[in-house]
Amino acid sequence: MPQGDYIEQHRKRHGRRFDHYERLRKKEARASHKHSTMAQKSLGIKGKMIAKKNYSEKALMKKTLKMHEESSSRRKADENVREGAVPAYLLDREETTRAKVLSNTIKQKRKEKAGKWEVPLPKVRPVAEDEMFRVIRSGKRKTKQWKRMVTKATFVGPAFTRKPPKYERFIRPSGLRFTKAHVTHPELKCTFCLEIIGVKKNPNGPMYTSLGVMTRGTIVEVNVSELGLVTPAGKVVWGKYAQVTNNPENDGCINAVLLV
Amino acid sequence: MTMDTVDAGMGKTVMCLLTDPEGTNLGSAMYIPQNAGPLQLTHLVNNFLNNEEMLPYSFYVSDEELLVPVGTYLEKNKVSVEKVLTIVYQQQAVFRIRPVNRCSQTIAGHEEAVLCVSFSPDGKQLASGSGDTTVRLWDLYTETPLFTCKGHKNWVLTVAWSPDGKHLVSGSKSGEICCWNPKKGELEGSPLTGHKKWITGISWEPVHLSSPCRRFVTSSKDGDARIWDITLKKSIICLSGHTLAVTCVKWGGDGIIYTGSQDCTIKMWETTQGKLIRELKGHGHWINSLALSTEYVLRTGAFDHTGRQYPPNEEKQKALQRYNQAKGDAPERLVSGSDDFTMFLWEPSVSKQSKKRLTGHQQLVNHVYFSPDGKWIASASFDKSVRLWNGVTGQFVTAFRGHVGPVYQVSWSADSRLLLSGSKDSTLKIWEIRTKKLKQDLPGHSDEVYAVDWSPDGEKVVSGGKDRVLKLWQG
Repeated sequence: MPQGDYIEQHRKRHGRRFDHYERLRKKEARASHKHSTMAQKSLGIKGKMIAKKNYSEKALMKKTLKMHEESSSRRKADENVREGAVPAYLLDREETTRAKVLSNTIKQKRKEKAGKWEVPLPKVRPVAEDEMFRVIRSGKRKTKQWKRMVTKATFVGPAFTRKPPKYERFIRPSGLRFTKAHVTHPELKCTFCLEIIGVKKNPNGPMYTSLGVMTRGTIVEVNVSELGLVTPAGKVVWGKYAQVTNNPENDGCINAVLLV
Repeated sequence: MTMDTVDAGMGKTVMCLLTDPEGTNLGSAMYIPQNAGPLQLTHLVNNFLNNEEMLPYSFYVSDEELLVPVGTYLEKNKVSVEKVLTIVYQQQAVFRIRPVNRCSQTIAGHEEAVLCVSFSPDGKQLASGSGDTTVRLWDLYTETPLFTCKGHKNWVLTVAWSPDGKHLVSGSKSGEICCWNPKKGELEGSPLTGHKKWITGISWEPVHLSSPCRRFVTSSKDGDARIWDITLKKSIICLSGHTLAVTCVKWGGDGIIYTGSQDCTIKMWETTQGKLIRELKGHGHWINSLALSTEYVLRTGAFDHTGRQYPPNEEKQKALQRYNQAKGDAPERLVSGSDDFTMFLWEPSVSKQSKKRLTGHQQLVNHVYFSPDGKWIASASFDKSVRLWNGVTGQFVTAFRGHVGPVYQVSWSADSRLLLSGSKDSTLKIWEIRTKKLKQDLPGHSDEVYAVDWSPDGEKVVSGGKDRVLKLWQG
């Protein structure tokens, strides 16, 4: 028989001591005293561990007591007054916070006139001409090299028609033409897909602005009528500026941040 | 020659029959000259009815308003001259409200968004409740703050004046109701508790049912409505039955309480014992707003456009007279606007089936309001439009488009000729009912407009919203 089973075998055959259960009960009753002497006497890390365990048990006990106490006395819990008061008809509805009304239009007009804007990307890497254009050879012997094809994303208006191919110097391929931009509102952090109205300024030069090339840092004007913004005078805002934040020729889409 | 004269004779007159909106004929069919316009017809009707003063009337032929002489109308619509033309005449309000067009004052004072505004029934006092837990009373003559009433623990969601103008009651987000003395701006007694969640609406018992105003009913998110007595300062009856939040409650002129709830039903309760009379089912989603055809008259009680004050015993009679005049012979009508983009027109005392379903909105209907004379229904919806419907038949009349954000609330002028709407896009717009066009645009708020009200005497409009200021507009 395995060596640990002999005790059990003896218990089965002869039973336990007569005062076994009494002694067990008394020993358990003394357990709290023993625990407390151990807690007081222990030194070093052992003492600290016991203290920590005791503390967490005490905190838990306090919580349960408080919970029990609460249910016995009928008092309405005081609710704190929250921010963002809404009327009763909006209380059960979760509404996404929409763009707030524009700041003063006069200030904006003044800024526009001065041509100075606070933009998210003040400096961008300049794009060289040989990166922007690719030389297209033309002519019977392919020796003429006066045509250029734009290699970056462009915007042409809806009324755009090409010049006759014999005379067009700058080719804007239709695969790189974009009409919509993904515009992010900087405060609300939500993105809308809005139509582009026009290219306002390309930091690389006025020639690129007139061609409608959109690179990183370009200011474009987008149609914001779906945001429902209203000026203080009561007029509906339908166009706002946004600055391009990615390299559209690499990504295939235009990401911009709205200038508020 | 004879042919010409006969033709000319026939062409000059047309056979018409004047009827009132309920169908009774005014005299018999008569010949009316074709160049008679609305003005001449008004004279005619006034003569027939033996009115002492010239009352204004508007005329409708087959639900279209008659603005041009009868002959022009006939030519345009190619109606045969042989048949009798039925012209329905409707009395318009005797007084004419001037449309407001300028902001006379922007009053700051609230520290949080203004959630509800209300003029007293006589139009002399103004109360507003806000998210800063105060109710403020404003002086209309100097357009400055009068009293700040503190006593609520959480946002003040609704505020209601008693129809005699002597009591002001407000409900808050913590479920408490405070009664205020509007003359001194003090709390009367302690806040009334009973509701466990926020108060969504308050409605007073009409003056013609009990003359010093004592009882009012409140609805709450916890699913029941309670009737309170302001003199006893406690809840008399609790109307429980709804399974979800009760969003709106109205005390009808015939002594029945209507409650609309998020559980898509409207329940009618009788007021002596609080028993459920009827349940109106039909909506597919939450009911946001209820409106009664006599609501405006019940709100203003014995006060009318003349601005006369009545002693207490005469008040009840005068209120009853006004109520009967507004109600007419037809039973009271109820319209309910819901999240399922439709509204129902009910005649609750007649049947529990709806009379008509008003569809057309493309987003949820937030607020519905009958015009003071009960002829029109205006509905404000989150689809940025306000729609106008015929108040008797429920037929769609026109949609007012112009707002660029969800329209939150509408309010009528006391003569039912102008409609005001406030929206999330921070503008208020005034629409004219006769031309069915935008009359005036009132921009100026810098954030969403949560509450609008037109004073019963028609002089001022007040609007409050998220930008924490109250704007008073004048004509």
